Amino acid sequence: MADMNAHGDGHAHGHSHDGACCHNHAKNTRKSRPSDTDKKTFRPAVSGQKAALGLSAFVLTALLIMAVFAPWISPYDPVEQSLENRLAPASAEHILGTDHLGRDILSRLIWGSRISLGSVGLIAVLIMAVGFTVGSLSGYIGGKTDAVIMRVCEAFMTFPTFILALFLIGMFGTGMTNVVLAIVITHWAWYARIIRSMVLNLRNSDYILAARVAGGSHISIFLRHIALPVLSQLTILATLDLGHMMLHVSGLSFLGLGIQPPTPEWGCMINDARQQIWSNPELAIIPGVMIFLTVLAFNIPGDALRDMLDPSLSDAGKDGCC
Amino acid sequence: MLKFIVKRLLSMIPLLLIVSVVVFLILHLGPNDPAMSYLRLSNIPPTDEALANARAELGLNRPLVVQYFEWLSHALRLDFGISFTTKAPVTKHLLHYLPNTLYLAGVSMLITIVFSLPLGIMAAKYKGRWPDHFSRVLAYIGVSTPSFWLAFIMIIVFGVKLGWLPTMGMGGLRHVIMPAVSVALMSTCINMRLIRGNMLEQMHSRHILYARLRGVKESYITRSHVLKNSLIPVVTALGMHVGEVLGGAVVAEVIFAWPGVGRYAVAAINNRDFPVMQCFILMMTVIFVLCNLFTDILYAALDPRIRLEEASSNG
Repeated sequence: MADMNAHGDGHAHGHSHDGACCHNHAKNTRKSRPSDTDKKTFRPAVSGQKAALGLSAFVLTALLIMAVFAPWISPYDPVEQSLENRLAPASAEHILGTDHLGRDILSRLIWGSRISLGSVGLIAVLIMAVGFTVGSLSGYIGGKTDAVIMRVCEAFMTFPTFILALFLIGMFGTGMTNVVLAIVITHWAWYARIIRSMVLNLRNSDYILAARVAGGSHISIFLRHIALPVLSQLTILATLDLGHMMLHVSGLSFLGLGIQPPTPEWGCMINDARQQIWSNPELAIIPGVMIFLTVLAFNIPGDALRDMLDPSLSDAGKDGCC
Repeated sequence: MLKFIVKRLLSMIPLLLIVSVVVFLILHLGPNDPAMSYLRLSNIPPTDEALANARAELGLNRPLVVQYFEWLSHALRLDFGISFTTKAPVTKHLLHYLPNTLYLAGVSMLITIVFSLPLGIMAAKYKGRWPDHFSRVLAYIGVSTPSFWLAFIMIIVFGVKLGWLPTMGMGGLRHVIMPAVSVALMSTCINMRLIRGNMLEQMHSRHILYARLRGVKESYITRSHVLKNSLIPVVTALGMHVGEVLGGAVVAEVIFAWPGVGRYAVAAINNRDFPVMQCFILMMTVIFVLCNLFTDILYAALDPRIRLEEASSNG
């Protein structure tokens, strides 16, 4: 991991995410200070959360560096097979060993991060775009348009999401593009609903009325006073969901409906390892660790955000009666 | 109460109609030609003549609206046509596998309820102490673990290394443990935190403080004020989890070679066997909707405010 960070700094594109990494170090040192230990009641949870946040920042940074610099970091070609070297154990040449076709596991993991992170990012952006467009139209225009859009939303929310995604892939055909589309189609309605209610709240607020009285046009009012605040909240919402989306993507890939072999993808790698589960169980475990760590790294900041936004659920009651 | 149930039942009808339109349109506006799949799965070479015959046989020549209503009228009679692959009636096959899926999903829901309740209550009761930290860490792990990966780890540990549990197929109670746990983990963790959050919220509400001031016994307060009120939203959440569990069951069925509808449906996806998929999604959606209806009714039974509001609003 340290090696990868060095790579990131060395390149000209060693961008802002390195900042998050330093942040993480600062947090770790603060956590280890002895002063935390004497207040046993609620401090450990808080400093534990800080450590967790630092860890997730570190994991996400490392993953991002892995994804961006995959061609330079990856020791081998991820799809190159060498059958005489199949199922090799971990060694100096192959740090994590090779799979049933003699492909280097580490290289496949590194390249796999591109597909996993890329697809999740794309899904988040698409869901935000669709949800925002539909939800704000529905909320701002109101009336019959609103009623029709909301009925359609409800219909989409009636399906169990994963099952609808399966059905859509069945209809559109397998492949990563269709996995992305299926997840967007199964999730946009929730976003549209939330955005609609946000827009409705804003639309009826006093400052919108003031802007209208001052002679602002619909478009400028919408863009400046409604779209901006809604978009910032929307981004938070989408961040909360990244882990969940990642699980959907990897689940569908695992079923063999996503990316087609030999392109490396973590869910797909676990599926590949099914035949070797008795002889080489680590082949199924290692890619799962990557998925687990990534989802965890997405979920921890999400949870912290939720605590911040809704303090009643976390430590607000610490001085309460119990 | 009866009025409430009838109203809810009636409100399902337009929703399920829109659902059926969506399911129908996705097939017919999608990039696939059902007639082509039909020919491929029937091992008939796709000549122009064969294609025209298949279209006529499947009724694809008629206007879309006519096709929809005919499909719907058959679907209402549980007739989804014949499978392109097996040439057997789709509904018969799926209904044959359905009990196995419901069994798996039911055990998963049971695990969710049985484990999330005590863990959530303990976490709320000992907030800030080790049961709470334990549940927090468990929740982080639970919601971040891909169910199929957990399934493999369990197979490796309990099936291969220890040899305690069977790794595939359906049989006695021992067969259902691993698939059900892999499906239930995420719902259990989400519910556990939800119960904790609700309980904490209730604990800090005023009527609890006043009950305490009146000298009501703590155990009584916990049981009938805190717990009862905090479980009401959980009922709705459990209804929503049915959707997750049905989806998770598909994955578990594939891994554990569980003879359920999910495994059958995944095979159908790979074969482009459209009638099977249509029947599958409608079946699962109806189950999901019915479960939600049930939880709605339960919710109304537990919370008189909902029941009375609904009845008075436009009754």
